[in-house]
Amino acid sequence: MSERPADIRVHDFLEVEQNLGVAEAVAEASRCIQCKKPLCVGGCPVSIDIPSFIQAIASGDFPTATRIMKQENLFPAICGRVCPQEVQCEGACILGKKETPVRIGALERFIAEWESIQDPILPVKAPPTGRSVAVVGSGPAGLAAAAELAKYGHNVTIFESLHEPGGVLVYGIPEFRLPKDVVRREIAQIASLGATLKCNHVAGRSVTVPELLAFDAVFLGTGAGLPSFMGLPGEDLTGVYSANEFLTRVNLMHAERFPETDTPVRRGSRVVVIGGGNVAMDAARVCRRLGSRVTLVYRRRREDLPARRAEIRRAEEEGVEFLTCSNPVRVVGSPCVTGIECMRMTMCGPDESGRPSAVPVPDSLFSLDCDIVIEAIGQSPNPLLLNEMEGIRKGPRGNVVVDDDCRTSIERIYAAGDVATGAATVILAMGGAKRAALSIHRMLTGDS
Amino acid sequence: MLASEPLKECVEVYRITGRKVLAEKVYEIWVEAPHIARHARGGQFVIVRTGEGGERIPLTISAVRGGEIRIIFMAVGKTTHLLASLREGASIPDIAGPLGRPSDTRTHGTCVLVGGGVGTASLPLIADELVRAKNRVITIIGARNASLLLLEEELAGISDELIIATDDGSRGFHGFAADVLKIVLAREKVDCVWIIGPAIMMKITSNATRDPGIRTYVSLNPIMVDGTGMCGSCRVKVGGETRFACVDGPEFDAHQVDWDMLLQRQRMYIDEEREALEHYHHECSCRGGAA
Ligand SMILES: Cc1cc2nc3c(=O)[nH]c(=O)nc-3n(C[C@H](O)[C@H](O)[C@H](O)COP(=O)(O)OP(=O)(O)OC[C@H]3O[C@@H](n4cnc5c(N)ncnc54)[C@H](O)[C@@H]3O)c2cc1C
Ligand SMILES: Cc1cc2nc3c(=O)[nH]c(=O)nc-3n(C[C@H](O)[C@H](O)[C@H](O)COP(=O)(O)OP(=O)(O)OC[C@H]3O[C@@H](n4cnc5c(N)ncnc54)[C@H](O)[C@@H]3O)c2cc1C
Ligand code: SF4
Ligand code: SF4
Ligand code: FES
Repeated sequence: MSERPADIRVHDFLEVEQNLGVAEAVAEASRCIQCKKPLCVGGCPVSIDIPSFIQAIASGDFPTATRIMKQENLFPAICGRVCPQEVQCEGACILGKKETPVRIGALERFIAEWESIQDPILPVKAPPTGRSVAVVGSGPAGLAAAAELAKYGHNVTIFESLHEPGGVLVYGIPEFRLPKDVVRREIAQIASLGATLKCNHVAGRSVTVPELLAFDAVFLGTGAGLPSFMGLPGEDLTGVYSANEFLTRVNLMHAERFPETDTPVRRGSRVVVIGGGNVAMDAARVCRRLGSRVTLVYRRRREDLPARRAEIRRAEEEGVEFLTCSNPVRVVGSPCVTGIECMRMTMCGPDESGRPSAVPVPDSLFSLDCDIVIEAIGQSPNPLLLNEMEGIRKGPRGNVVVDDDCRTSIERIYAAGDVATGAATVILAMGGAKRAALSIHRMLTGDS
Repeated sequence: MLASEPLKECVEVYRITGRKVLAEKVYEIWVEAPHIARHARGGQFVIVRTGEGGERIPLTISAVRGGEIRIIFMAVGKTTHLLASLREGASIPDIAGPLGRPSDTRTHGTCVLVGGGVGTASLPLIADELVRAKNRVITIIGARNASLLLLEEELAGISDELIIATDDGSRGFHGFAADVLKIVLAREKVDCVWIIGPAIMMKITSNATRDPGIRTYVSLNPIMVDGTGMCGSCRVKVGGETRFACVDGPEFDAHQVDWDMLLQRQRMYIDEEREALEHYHHECSCRGGAA
């Protein structure tokens, strides 16, 4: 799959990775050796029948490839782009042992793009059951649960607090990794399956818990949207953002087109992004596209950066500077940010998570000039709705505790996705949601 | 223009059923929003978005009537000017709520509500709940001059006593609402006070209740985006702790608020806001319409 050159793409929000052409896709699919015991399937959290869909592509039978794909995954255009394939399906592919693995993600995306110019192939729906389910949140978890439940024939209503569905897919992941038209196209299938989507409905406020419980079952897919702050002195100065706020302003509210659009965002001349995960990479790369010089400050070593390798490479190609083994201690300015003070860090023995821990080097204080600071140090579940659910069991980080069948401690309330696991991935959220939908279905139909 | 319309199945229509100009640049609109009206309580707000590419702005729920809510706002920037241009029968594309924690309208005894400018819009719902909880309610409304006074009759109807103050003395007491509050405090025992208005007015007025140690609530108005606790744009400092005004507030203990931080953060986009308004007026004049 080709990428648009860094010096060009850094000036726009168009997609970085280009779609495979037909000949390219067929050739790539032909590389698959059709393993009898395909390791790739074990690497996919939703167990797509990867060899079969690849074989269909290799023989040019795209409708069959689409149908096989959609048995397990209704959102191939999204997953083909954002799944961390290198640690999932492609990471497990046998060809990876000697050469490069089959580019399963690219093929998945290819099939989705092919389908997008045909009439969509919709899954078959079971006859109506007369039972109703409320789905809270329209991120990957909510969407996947709604789709499954609608297929089972239940009457599904999705409540979303924002004005647009998609969760992190629309407010977090930038356009140049996941175009919003692609998201809208895949979400449109949910409506075709007959689910009702109510935006601007904040569960816990517009729809109360008793109102939710008037449905036969409730699925919580409210994600992990609460941003953490480091608690640094100077954190409240003008110019300090959470990555969530910064990305929301740009991705959801289109601040990059201000004043054509109405929501502003500060364009820094130099931005410091704190963190080393995918969210930090996204924030840094958005800033580069807004014309800022960007330095990413991370407390561990370069090899410890938790972001996907490909995204780190792309960020670097786009001119993001990496300052590793450094940790901020104070933001300076009055009232606007003018700089940040950091300590050098050194690595020592493993901490409780088993990773080497970073400790500050004495007397190593240094400062960086900057006018924007973006903190991308993690998110946890938003307590807004959970606080209204008396007695719901929560884990130490505010996540909802569920059993293997995705049941919460309150009867008829199920949960999956980031709200249950803490910040994870799109496909894990979808996989969890499918399991939850199955348990809900069993509960509603008394079938086990 | 923007790529494509967002998908919105079963679009709910939030229709404007009434519109009135209350004072110069101050408008009242009634909107059909049953999902909000059903649960709205005093002190809560909504987030409004006026269309594709529009900003999400918070506005207080001022009153409720069946499935409709009333909002009262001052046209200060692009979004509020746009809202002001909407007529009866038009609809608002997005309105979410009710957001924030409801006011603490338990039985306190004697309560004084102080409204400054459009902050007065928040008072009817709170006053009504306080009266129902058997409080004695004294309402003070202040404005620069008589023509800018809001909701006088309505608040007179709800409150046990209504006192008016104007900066220029054109109606009622000649002076600030804060002066009237001091007079009331000197006159009788007060158990709980609400002060709602511009940040600077809330800061100054709440000094009157600090020494006597009277419980005082203010409704903070930092810049918000989602209004659901997901971005941290609305963070304020109260009692030395960072709180998100949209979910932990917007009402907080006045005497614990870090006012300087609030005032500073409110000014974050002052240049951009001017630019947006100029862009809007320019677009309107190009189309031959008036803002
Ligand atoms: C910037 C960023 C980049 C990422 N990049 C990747 C990537 O490349 N690959 C990958 O696999 N994962 C990535 N992730 C992680 C992935 O996006 C999440 O794991 C996934 O979106 C979780 O899905 P979810 O449905 O559980 O939650 P979310 O996507 O967070 O959706 C939750 C939805 O619920 C709504 N909601 C919350 N509370 C309420 C309420 N009370 N009432 C109504 N609605 C409510 C929210 O508005 C939201 O729309 C990224 C995350 C971020 C933030
Ligand atoms: C909880 C709450 C309740 C409010 N209730 C009312 C009300 O009932 N009536 C009323 O007239 N006003 C109210 N406001 C203020 C109102 O939100 C702003 O006047 C409005 O956002 C201005 O938008 P604009 O585009 O017209 O002006 P802009 O030119 O964008 O801004 C003018 C000023 O409004 C403030 N502001 C701008 N954007 C936002 C934003 N997204 N969130 C919050 N403040 C912003 C800033 O301080 C800014 O300097 C409330 C604010 C909050 C936080
Ligand atoms: S859904 Fe994700 S993990 Fe599964 S095959 Fe597709 S790209 Fe790989
Ligand atoms: S492991 Fe690789 S080669 Fe084997 S079936 Fe899967 S994709 Fe094909
Ligand atoms: S407005 Fe985003 S957290 Fe309050």
